[in-house]
Amino acid sequence: MITFGLANPSPSFLLYFFSGVLVALFLVNKSRAVASKACVLRFGKLSLLFDLRILKLCISTSVLLFLLFLFGLETGEYPIPRLKAIATAFWDRNNEFEFVVNSLRLPRVLTAMLTGFCLAISGALFQSLLGNPLVSPDVIGINSGAALCAVFVLAAGGDIGLLPWAAFVGAAVTALSIYSLSWKTGISPGRLILVGIAVNALLASGVTYVMVKYPIERVVAAARWQAGSLFGVSWTEVGTLSVSVIVLTPLALLLMRRLRILQLGDDIASGLGLRVEWERMGLIVLAAALAAVAVAAVGPLGFVALLVPHMVRLVVGQVTGGALLLTGLVGALFLLACDLVAQQLFAPTTLPVGIITAAIGGPYFLFILVRSNNAL
Amino acid sequence: MISQSRAGRARFGPVLWVALGALTICVLSVCSLLVGAVPTDLATVWSAIFRFEPSETEQSVVRHLRLPRTTLALVAGCCLGVAGAITQGVTRNPLGGPGILGINAGAAFAMVTAIHGLNIVTPAGYVWFAFLGAAGAGSLVYFVARAGSGGVTPVKLALAGAVVTALLSAWTSTLLLLDEETLDEARFWLAGSLVGRGTEEMRLLTPLIAVALVGALLMGGALNAFALGEERAASLGQRIGTFRFFAGSISISLAASAVAIAGPVAFIGLAVPHIARSLVGPDYRWITVLSMLIGSSLLLGADIVGRVVVSPRELQVGIVTALIGAPFLIYLVRSRKLAEL
Repeated sequence: MITFGLANPSPSFLLYFFSGVLVALFLVNKSRAVASKACVLRFGKLSLLFDLRILKLCISTSVLLFLLFLFGLETGEYPIPRLKAIATAFWDRNNEFEFVVNSLRLPRVLTAMLTGFCLAISGALFQSLLGNPLVSPDVIGINSGAALCAVFVLAAGGDIGLLPWAAFVGAAVTALSIYSLSWKTGISPGRLILVGIAVNALLASGVTYVMVKYPIERVVAAARWQAGSLFGVSWTEVGTLSVSVIVLTPLALLLMRRLRILQLGDDIASGLGLRVEWERMGLIVLAAALAAVAVAAVGPLGFVALLVPHMVRLVVGQVTGGALLLTGLVGALFLLACDLVAQQLFAPTTLPVGIITAAIGGPYFLFILVRSNNAL
Repeated sequence: MISQSRAGRARFGPVLWVALGALTICVLSVCSLLVGAVPTDLATVWSAIFRFEPSETEQSVVRHLRLPRTTLALVAGCCLGVAGAITQGVTRNPLGGPGILGINAGAAFAMVTAIHGLNIVTPAGYVWFAFLGAAGAGSLVYFVARAGSGGVTPVKLALAGAVVTALLSAWTSTLLLLDEETLDEARFWLAGSLVGRGTEEMRLLTPLIAVALVGALLMGGALNAFALGEERAASLGQRIGTFRFFAGSISISLAASAVAIAGPVAFIGLAVPHIARSLVGPDYRWITVLSMLIGSSLLLGADIVGRVVVSPRELQVGIVTALIGAPFLIYLVRSRKLAEL
């Protein structure tokens, strides 16, 4: 019998887990039935065209997200009376649970949501930009690029405040090098994936080098970070992430129009007056930046960026600005749920959330790969 | 007349390359015995091998550290090279290689599980786990890439490998996090290192490796037939299923043995068959032979480079091969060869 020194999952956890899965499946099934309806919102000369269906889906996802957020505040190792944690987080500051709720749980829950949001949007941008559902920042090495710089900062004992910047530089440089290395009178998705996998291997070996170069005390911190964990995140991460989300999301929504023109093909896009290469490069840097802030906060978390856009596409089809927002919200929901599972599955031992996303995302991805009919 | 001279050159060429490969191995082996943190000269190496005096420090460094390490590199490189050649032949795919197929990650996962979960700390125990993990991951990737329409394509194979690798390494790193001692033990192995390890594993695996290598050498003709395409091979009288089974078992055994011995060494298995093919042409009877020699020399060369570049520290051989191999993969992807195979 293999034992890993882990406790068995508690019955109440299993109950929550399976009812959660059932509710999720039920809602996905329901959401497919919502009818699509175009609506226009006008303010004088400004107008906004949106799909009522996506709006409904966004609102219901937000409601679910909020409920899960409250649930996340309530769950944890330290016992807190029912509903007391929510009260502590919002109005009742002066009690003995203040530290646990406001310094441990709240930042963790918020980081999970914001990270999921960033990763999912980044994945959706990459996938629609390259016209391939199998591309994502973790498969083509963007995460490794961010990870290499960040692990170096961690292991060399650098300032933690440098982490997001190091990760961003790593991710952006990686994205641009993959793009230029796979350039050959145009970009073919297949070539880009293969070049990305090669670059990923190269960067991963760089991470390995950093791991063996430095003494074990520092390497442990880097290893924990590398597994993708939300353990011990603080308000600093929440701050960096929220600033990035506030800056980058509107940018992504603005660029969505260009992206949709790019999806028509390079010839048509340049015929319509788009500077194709510049637009694409801008979008890639934006997507890499979104991946980088997430990686800087919680480590190179795999499969979220791959899985979530794919699930959303199953329901809403084409990627539009609204769908991008929906993808982000579903990503937040997904990662928050994964983190709760990671905390509770073998409680009191907390697993890194990366293993949960991999355990769900890996088989799902292999399943898509088996089913994929595109000439890859 | 012209065709005769061509035929003559074609017969002569491969023999020349094989001889050159053997020569390279000899030269590199001598270098490997000479180079390292402790300076030694040829005379010391000579006496360490043929007139060994245990009291001499330099001689025992050569005998007990560098000699096993050199043997290890030669055997593991040979296995990886041949495994790559056969994988590429049987998947009819230029990107077949142990690293790409997720074999390294599978071995790492199984080994860490064995060390951490079952408390198996002797090489004799965990070598078989590494072996099983490698075989399992390799088969999984192959079957996923083969399923669906269109058969095994380079991109599908690489993607399936990348995802299985990501999945398994997430589990591996979680196990390592649960236990700092295992992390300390495993991190050097995970980098792919030839230092102070592997002799016991190699002794255990030698019979298997020998059988698999002989099998691989006998398989050249069948691989040639298979390279014509499945239908043609079948019409030439080849039993496709049997052939696939044997070729697959041989290549996975070899790759898994290499990982068990030397740790996850990347890209050797991918690059070697391409080099061999560019030297002797598409004949698998020569490609397998030459892959053995090139594989050995490449791994040994990488190990020597790793000892020299950051001297007096060492760069693990897995890192050196990744630094050389990844650019090679990019070159390969960009070249036209990918479409041709």
